[in-house]
Order: sequence, then C-alpha cells, then structure tokens
Amino acid sequence: MLDFTIPRYKVLRDPDLCIKCGVCERSCANEVHHVDMDLHRVVAQHERCVNCQRCVTMCPTGALAITNWPQVGNGTNNWTLQVMQDVEKQAQTGGVILSSMGNPKHYPIYWDHLLLNASQVTNPSIDPLREPMETRVFLGARPARIKVDERSHRVLSELPPHIRLDVPVMFSAMSFGSISLNAQKSLAIAARELGTYFNCGEGGLHSELEGYGSNAVVQVASGRFGVNTHYLQNSAMIEIKIGQGAKPGIGGHLPGEKINAEVSRTRMIPQGTDAISPAPHHDIYSIEDLRQLIFSLKEATLYTKPVAVKVAAVHNVAAIASGIARAGADVIVIDGFRGGTGAAPQRIRDSVGIPIELALAATDQRLRDEGIRNKVSLVVGGSIRSSVDIVRAIALGADACYIGSAALIALGCHQCQACAQGKCNWGIATQRADLTKRLNPKIGAERVVNLIEGWNHEIKEMMGGMGINAIDSLRGNRLMLRGVDLNEKELDILGVKYAGEQ
Amino acid sequence: MKRIYCLEDWCVNCRRCEVACKTAHSVSHDTVKAYLLEGQTAFSRIHVEGGAELSISVNCRHCDNPRCVEGCISGAMQKDPETGVVFCDQSRCVGCGTCVAMCPYGCVELHVLPGAPGKKGVAFKCDMCGDGKGSFGDPACVAACPSGALIYVDEEPKPEPEPLEEEATEEETAEKEVLA
Repeated sequence: MLDFTIPRYKVLRDPDLCIKCGVCERSCANEVHHVDMDLHRVVAQHERCVNCQRCVTMCPTGALAITNWPQVGNGTNNWTLQVMQDVEKQAQTGGVILSSMGNPKHYPIYWDHLLLNASQVTNPSIDPLREPMETRVFLGARPARIKVDERSHRVLSELPPHIRLDVPVMFSAMSFGSISLNAQKSLAIAARELGTYFNCGEGGLHSELEGYGSNAVVQVASGRFGVNTHYLQNSAMIEIKIGQGAKPGIGGHLPGEKINAEVSRTRMIPQGTDAISPAPHHDIYSIEDLRQLIFSLKEATLYTKPVAVKVAAVHNVAAIASGIARAGADVIVIDGFRGGTGAAPQRIRDSVGIPIELALAATDQRLRDEGIRNKVSLVVGGSIRSSVDIVRAIALGADACYIGSAALIALGCHQCQACAQGKCNWGIATQRADLTKRLNPKIGAERVVNLIEGWNHEIKEMMGGMGINAIDSLRGNRLMLRGVDLNEKELDILGVKYAGEQ
Repeated sequence: MKRIYCLEDWCVNCRRCEVACKTAHSVSHDTVKAYLLEGQTAFSRIHVEGGAELSISVNCRHCDNPRCVEGCISGAMQKDPETGVVFCDQSRCVGCGTCVAMCPYGCVELHVLPGAPGKKGVAFKCDMCGDGKGSFGDPACVAACPSGALIYVDEEPKPEPEPLEEEATEEETAEKEVLA
C-alpha cells in the first residue's frame, strides 16, 4: 500500500560546516544519517527523524538543525497537515495512534496567568543569602492537636509517619521498563544527594537500587508488578497509583519484547510476556475498597510509612480527594493533564483530564471546607516546568511537587514524544544496551542536582521577596497570587484575586 | 601522574574524541579548517575501537617504561622526566617506524607530511594536550566526551562498589527484627 504520510521533520545540514566525521550517523538510533562515500557527503532519511536533537547536540561543528517538513498546508484551519497525517496513518494501519510525553495541545496554561507578590515599604523583604530560609517540607497526616512536654521539649502524642523533603520537589513515578536503569539510577543518586525522593513506578525496584530504598517511593499499581513485602518495607513511602495525568482511565501495556531478563526479574513476571496493567484496580471499586488496600499496606509496614494515593486530575477530583483523605491516605497526589507518559493513546493524552492548577485549587479548597486538609498532604505533578511553577503550586495549596518531564529534560530528553518506539537516543526511554550507556548516571545525577539546587535558590529568592522565610508560610497563601487574563469563573476556582485588586 | 583512561561501560562510539584531537593538533584550532584544509597535516592521535555495542577509545598510556622510547633510534621519542608525558620531537624523528612496531597499544602512527624529504613519515602520538573546552586543564578528547567515558585522573579507576544503605537507627533495626 502506498504510504500517504509525509515526513514530519527535515534535517538541515550546512555543507560549509559538515566535516563528514560521521558523529551524527553513529549517534542516531533511527538511522537517519549516512556518510555516503560515493557521493562524498552525508545524506539523511528525513522520514525517520523524530526530532530528538541528539545529532544537533553531538555535531562537533554545529552543522545540523532540524526543521519542520516544508510542505505547505492547504490553508484550512480544520484539516491541517497534522490532522490529515493522523487520518492517513490510521487509514493505513487500522490502529490506535500512540504517542508519548505530555499533552502538547494549546490548552491554557494557568501557571502563566498567576503573578507573584513582593514586599514594598510596609513589609520587609528578606535576603535569602543573609538570613535563614526554610524550604523543608514534611509529608504525611497532621494530628488535630499534639501534646508537648514543655520541660523536656518532647512531643508526647504519637505522630503519624512522615517523610522529610529538604526541597519541595520529588521525582515522579517512572518505571524500570519505561525508562532505563541508568535513568532511574540518576534520579536515585540525585534524590539522595538532595534529600528528597524518587518514585520507582509500578515496575518494581531493581536490585541495583535496593540501597536507595530510603529515598524511594514505591508504587503499587493495578498490575501489582514487583510488589512483595521486602519491596514495601525497603521504601520511604508507598504510593497507590489509581491514575496518571497523561492517560486517566487507561491502563498500561509494556509489550513482551521489552520484558528482557532484567525487567522480568524486577517485575516478577515471565520473560517475553506482555506486562498489562489493567485500567482499574480489580479490587478497588469504592472508597471503602481503597481503604482496605491502604490499611493492608500500612499493616504490611507496621504503620511506619505514609501511604499516598495518586489520581489523575479529572472532573470531580476534589470529591475523589475528599474520599481518599477519609479512606486513610496520608498523601494525595494529583497528576495534571499535561503530565508525561512513556506511551498513551494520543486521543486520550490530548483530550482527557483537566489542568492541574484548577484541580489543585479546587481540591485544596474542598479539603479545607470539609476540615480535613490537615489529614493529608497534597502533592501535585504534571507540567511543573520551573521553580516559579512550584511557588505558584504551593501558594495554591500544594505541599510539594512531583517533577517528571523536567527531570528527564535535565538528563537529556528533548521531548520528541517518541518514547514508545524504544529507541531513545538519549538513553532514557529505552532498554537497548548500546543506547542506555549514553546516559552515565554520574553525569545524569549531577545535572539533576544542579537543576534542583538552582530551583531551590530561586524559590528562596521569590519567598524572600514576599517577606516569607519558610515554605510552610507560603502554603495555601493565595493572597500572594494575582491573576491576569482570567475570567470570573477561573478566578473563582483558583481562589485568587485579579491583578490590581486589593 | 595524571593519565587519560577510557571506561568502556560509557564509551558510546561517537568518536567525538577523534574530532577533538585532530582539531587540537591543527594549526588553526578550528574543526572545519582542520578537516577541510589541514587534512594532510593534522591527525587524530586517539582512535575508537569497536562498534555500537562495545567500543573503547584507545590512546597512549604514557607508560612508566615506554617501549617506544626504548626502541627509538634517533632520540626523538622521549619521556619528560618531570611530567611523565611521552612525546615525540618530530624534528629528530627519522621515520624508521620502530616505535610503531614496539608500542603494545598501537598508539603511535607514522604520517608523511607534505614536502617531507624522501617521503619519509614522522611519528605522531598523544602529547597530553591540556586546556580543552570542558573543565580546566582537560585534554581535548576528555573535554569532548559526551558521556564521561574518557577521564583524566591520577589513578587507574577501579569498579565502584554498590552504595550502602544509610545506617539504620536502633529503632529501625528493632522494627526490622519485629517485621522479620
């Protein structure tokens, strides 16, 4: 059948700069470049290019750039080239279109409509370089009141289990299988150095990461892969995954080809079999069922570890969160619709779920209204791009943030959205040995640590500007935010005033 | 002495080290000019062996007892007593090729320079250049390596032991016993 699709990208090679060294050819797992000795130049198979930009970065002379395929559209806003490509692809294959990473569509990004406050004249700002500034966060339930023996400075009441984060950021769940062991290792090393946590996802904890258990959030998802008593006990926190922002209501499917010996051992499934995570947990059909699982996990760990429940931001997320809090969870994780994924049906990724900013504001408000906000910590993820997004999220009511895509970008990810093909040129979303070794965890961890340390400095600067010296004082402090370019309804849900309002 | 080592676990066969070496040893110190104009005079002294699955970047070990120096008939090949760097004084090289034959690592090459009398080659080898584009003082190949496979360190690296779990407090140990 004649392939109607046209290439998405075009490789631009500056012939004046190309030295035909072949670095691009050896760098590309998609086999785009080829040094043709007959023609005595480097040729490109443009249709194979996914725009991962590995060759652009590696080229010693900067001779390369990737551009859109120069085909002009037909002028309609309805049948754009991209829309027609999707139709052509499906007409040819009859399949579901798979894609990866977060929702790329032009939905409003509310973070960019929220501006921060700063102190002027009537209240002093604080210089974080001269004065102590606290960005430490504890996650877990807070008792309504605590008894303290003031003579011995001891807390008498029994406290629920907590985890301590030195920075208000954790690395979100990315399983071994969806990302390489080197990528997980990079995050594990970085988490330990930063005093925070990485999340091993639902693929089990690889034996080489056992030593990082005290910095690991282990996930119990609908497939229950890799879950055993040791797995639960060798962790800092347990997370029950109900849903994921990129594909709410959808399960996971790691094809049998990717289940090699290592993945099979870690997931505790036979080699070569498909790893299917069902869409729902088959033992959870109600809040009461969820409560049973939460307490089974608490029982298995002797009530020493907080249990988190992760849900995707969907229409009635606030009510669901209220149920989760009442089911006994210590932490609620909400993943917004721009959150990433290794593979999801494109239509689901692009159209299901709601923005995290609105979900967060609605949930925080609902939990406060019901008087149960202290029973849970709130962690949000899915589209946290920078330190200022974290500050905005915390001001909207979050306790801490999860970052996934940003951490991967620090490791080299260029958001080409081709993770599902398993040929990641940056050694992240692949299990091919020749590609995974491109990501040296030492370098990876250093880059991630640099990123978060940079962010932490910025968070302190912003807090200092507001005259706040501890991140706890910023939490839910929506007066520190003002909206621009938002309508009444949006301001109402976000709980912020319009810029200029007193 | 500080030497360049290649960790094969991380060598990704991109061969940027070769490009960087050639550039560093060109007159122009410009990659494009080194390749397009100085092809006859600028040579890379480092070579990647192997393919995509397993590769290693091989260059001079700057041996304690260098065989190339031992075999040199003209005194061109020398080991600097202070720095330990083995280098070739090309003005004295007669192109006999003994060093090439004696080097156990294949890290010396003869190249005929244009206009050389009798078309005899001269020996080219790693001279431990410094101050590459990366961290201060790194040789060009080390600075160009994208995955940390080439390192410039004092001692030959040994495989790293796995990280140990942080020491458990008494309470945690007691908990673990109870759990067991």
